Amino acid sequence: MLQKKIPMFICFLMGFLLFFQFYIPTSWSQNFYSTILRWILGISSFAIVLAVASLVRHHTRKIKERKDIPYSITLLVSLVATALIGFIGGIKSGTLFDKIFNYIQIPLQSSMFAILAFYMASAAYRAFRARNIEATLLLLAAFIVMIGVIPIGDLIHPYVPSFAQWILDVPNLAAKRGIAIGVGLGIIATSIKIILGIERNWLGR
Amino acid sequence: MKTLIYFLIFFNFKVYDAPYDAGGAIIIEWEWPEEKKGEKCDSVTIWRSTSREGEFEKIKTLVTILNSYKDIGLENGKEYFYKITLYYKDKIFESEDILSAIPKTQYFHLGRLNIMIGVFLFLTFILFFIQRAKKGISLFLRKIPGLDAVEEAVGRSTEMGRPILYIPGLSTISDVATIASLNILSQVVKKAAEYETNIIIPNRDPVVYLIAREVVKEAYTMAGRPDLFNADSVYYVTDSQFGYASAVCGIMVREKPATNFFLGMFWAESLILAETGATTGAIQIAGTDAVTQLPFFITACDYTLIGEELYAASAYLSREPVLVSTIRAQDMMKAIIWIIIFLGGILGLFGKKPFEFIFGGG
Amino acid sequence: MKFLEYLAKIDRRIIYLILAIFIIIPLIKPLNLPIGSSHPVKSLFDFIEKQPEGAVIVLSMDYDASVYPECHPMSRAIARHAFLKNLRLIGLTLNPAGTGLALEVMTEIPKEYNKKYGKDYVFLGFRPDITATILGFGEDIRKIFPYDYFGNKTDTLPIFKDVKNYDQIALVVSISGSALPVSWIYLARGRYGQDIAAGVTAVMAADYYPYLRTGQFVGLLGGMKGAAEYEKLIERRELATSGIDAVSISHILIILFVIIGNIGYIVLLKRRK
Repeated sequence: MLQKKIPMFICFLMGFLLFFQFYIPTSWSQNFYSTILRWILGISSFAIVLAVASLVRHHTRKIKERKDIPYSITLLVSLVATALIGFIGGIKSGTLFDKIFNYIQIPLQSSMFAILAFYMASAAYRAFRARNIEATLLLLAAFIVMIGVIPIGDLIHPYVPSFAQWILDVPNLAAKRGIAIGVGLGIIATSIKIILGIERNWLGR
Repeated sequence: MKTLIYFLIFFNFKVYDAPYDAGGAIIIEWEWPEEKKGEKCDSVTIWRSTSREGEFEKIKTLVTILNSYKDIGLENGKEYFYKITLYYKDKIFESEDILSAIPKTQYFHLGRLNIMIGVFLFLTFILFFIQRAKKGISLFLRKIPGLDAVEEAVGRSTEMGRPILYIPGLSTISDVATIASLNILSQVVKKAAEYETNIIIPNRDPVVYLIAREVVKEAYTMAGRPDLFNADSVYYVTDSQFGYASAVCGIMVREKPATNFFLGMFWAESLILAETGATTGAIQIAGTDAVTQLPFFITACDYTLIGEELYAASAYLSREPVLVSTIRAQDMMKAIIWIIIFLGGILGLFGKKPFEFIFGGG
Repeated sequence: MKFLEYLAKIDRRIIYLILAIFIIIPLIKPLNLPIGSSHPVKSLFDFIEKQPEGAVIVLSMDYDASVYPECHPMSRAIARHAFLKNLRLIGLTLNPAGTGLALEVMTEIPKEYNKKYGKDYVFLGFRPDITATILGFGEDIRKIFPYDYFGNKTDTLPIFKDVKNYDQIALVVSISGSALPVSWIYLARGRYGQDIAAGVTAVMAADYYPYLRTGQFVGLLGGMKGAAEYEKLIERRELATSGIDAVSISHILIILFVIIGNIGYIVLLKRRK
C-alpha cells in the first residue's frame, strides 16, 4: 500500500510546490527551484550507473546464450576500451579519446544521418500515392515545395520559390499551430492528472 | 567644445522598482532628446546616490541604443537616487531632476496571472467532468484507429511468434510525451501478458529505463503474470541519438518483431526507425507530439497518433470514466480558445486587439 | 503492361542505388546547373560589396560538424568575399565543437589572398559565455578576448589599434545551425544597433524570414542553396555548388520516383477494376 502511496504523495507535493514556484519571484523561490534542478542532475548520475550495468548484463547474457555474439563482444570491448582510454589518457583535444570521438563516432553519426536521404526517397516512393483528393493535394504540395527550394525552381519561374514558401508559411504553419495548441492542452491535462494522482499507469497501477 | 545642456522634465526620465522580481533591482528609463532623435548617442552615464544631497557615484557608462538600464544588487527597502547624463558629439544633456525608487520583493508575479487563471479554469473543467463521470454519465470518444489497432497488433505478434518492440521515445522523463508513452506501455504490457507475448523495450535515457522497468514489472503483476517478467527485456542502450537509432535498427533486423510501437518524443531519427521497421514487415503504430516528425511517421507507419491523441491514449485504452472525462475538459478548453481566436481574428480586421492580454506571459 | 505494374513495386535497393549514383556524380564532376539569386542572399552580398576598403566584418562561425555541408560553405564564401574586397575579418566561434571548422576557414582562405595575420584578419577562437561575449563586443573586444586563438595578446595586434567595439564594425555575420543568430539580434542589434546577417540551415531559414522582413537581418543565407547562390555571386564555385547540384538531382529523382510509382499504382488499380 505504502509502496504506491508514498511516490504519489511525493509526486503531488513536488507538483504542487513547483506549480506555485512559477508564480513567486522571491529569492527563496528561485533557490528552491535551483536546488530541485541540482537534485535532478544528481539522481540522473546515479541512474546512469544502473543503466550501464543493465546494458553490460544484457550483452553478457547474450554472449552466454551464444546469440549475436559478434555484436555484443564489439559493444562490450568498445565500452571498456573507450572508458579506459579516457580515464588513462584524458579527454582533452589531441588525446586518443578525442581522436576516437572525431574519427569514429562523428563519421558514424553523420553516416546514420545521411541514410535519411535514401529513406526519404523510398518512403516517398512507397507512400505518396494519389489514392484520393487529399493525397493528391499532398503530392502536389510536396512537388512544389521540393522544386521551390532548389535553384531550378527559380529558373522555372520566379514565383515558384515564393509559392513554395507560401505553402510552408500559411497552410503548413496553420496546421502546425493547430496541433501545437492541442499538444499544449494535452500536456497540461496529463501533468494535472499525474500530479493529482488520477493517472497512475506510470506507477504500474 | 561640447555644450552642456540641462534637461528638464521633458526628458521623460523615470526610475522605478523592477517588477515581478526578488527585489534588489531598479529600472532607469529615459527618452532621447527630441532634437537628437535619429542621431546615435555616444554614451549614457548613470549616477546613483543614497541621499538626494549626497555625493553621486558613476555606476555605469553605456554605449547603447536602448533607453533603459537595470541597476541590480541593491538593498531592499533602501531608497536610491538617480540622475543621468547623455553624451553626444557636440552636446551633453544632464537630467536636472533627481528621481528615487525603493527596490522591493514582489511575492506574486502578476504578469503570469493569466496563465494561473487558465490553469485553474482547466482544472475546474477537469473536476466538473470527473464528477459527471462518477455519476455514471458516459462520455463519447471518437474512434482513434491507431489505438483500436493495439489489440490487433499484439495479437499479430502472438500468432507469428515474434516479439513486440516498444520505443518510449528518445527524450528524458521531464518530457510529458515520455510520461504519456510510459502510461501506454503499461496498457500494452498487460495485453502482452494476456497473450504471453515477449516485449523488447530499449531505452535512450537512464532514468526512463529505470521507470520503464518498474512499469513493466508492475504491469505483469497487475495482469496476474509476474512470472513472465524478464528484467532483460527492458534495458538501456546509449545516450547518443544516432547510436540509439542504429541499435534499434539492429534489433528490428535481427529480432524481427511483428509489431513496433514508436510512442514519445522523436527527432531526426524517426524516419530511420520507421522505415527500417517497414522493411521488416512489422505493423507499426507511432505517436508523437513533435510536429516536425509527424509527416515521417504518417508516411512510414500503419497508424499514427497525432499530437494530443498520444496524451489521450491512456484514457482511450483503459476507458476509465475518470480518465475519459479529462479529455472532455481538454475539448472544452479547445472550444474556448477557438472562440477567442475566431473573435480576435474578426476584431483584428478592424484594428482591435481585445484578447492580446490573455496570451501574454512574463 | 506488366512492366507498368512493376513500376509500383520497385525494390527499394534499386531506388537507393540510383539515388546514390546520381548524388555521387555531381560531387565528383559538378554539373554547374544554373543557380539563381534570391533577394535575401543578394542583400547580404550587396551590403558587403558596398563596404569601403579596410572595413571590419566579424564572422561568427557558430556551428559544428553536423551542419557542415550547409554552413561551412557559407563561412568560406563570406571570408572570400571579405578578402576580395580588402576588408578586414575578425573570426570567432560560440560553439565549442566548431573551433576546428572555424580555424580551417581562418587559416586556409587568407593564404589564398596573401593576407597578413594580425593586420588583415584575426581568429579569436571559442568563448563559452554567449551573452557576455556578444555584449562584451559592445564595450571592448580586447577585454572579452585578451588573447587570440594562437595565444597572441590582442592588445599587440595591429587590427585592434583602431577597432574597439561595434562602433568600428561594419557587419556581424553569424553562421549557425542553432538559434544563435537570434542572440546576436537581441544583444548586439537590440542594444548597440549593430548590423547583423545570418547563415542558417535550410530547415531553420523559414523561422528567420520575419527578422529579414523587419530589417533586423541585412541578409540571410538559407541552407546549401543560399551558400551556392553566394558562391555564384563571388564567382567562386566550391562545396555548396557541387552540393546543390546533388541536392537538385536528388529532389528531381524523388519526384520522378513518386510519379513512376503513381503510374504503376494507377495501372494496377485499373487492372483490379
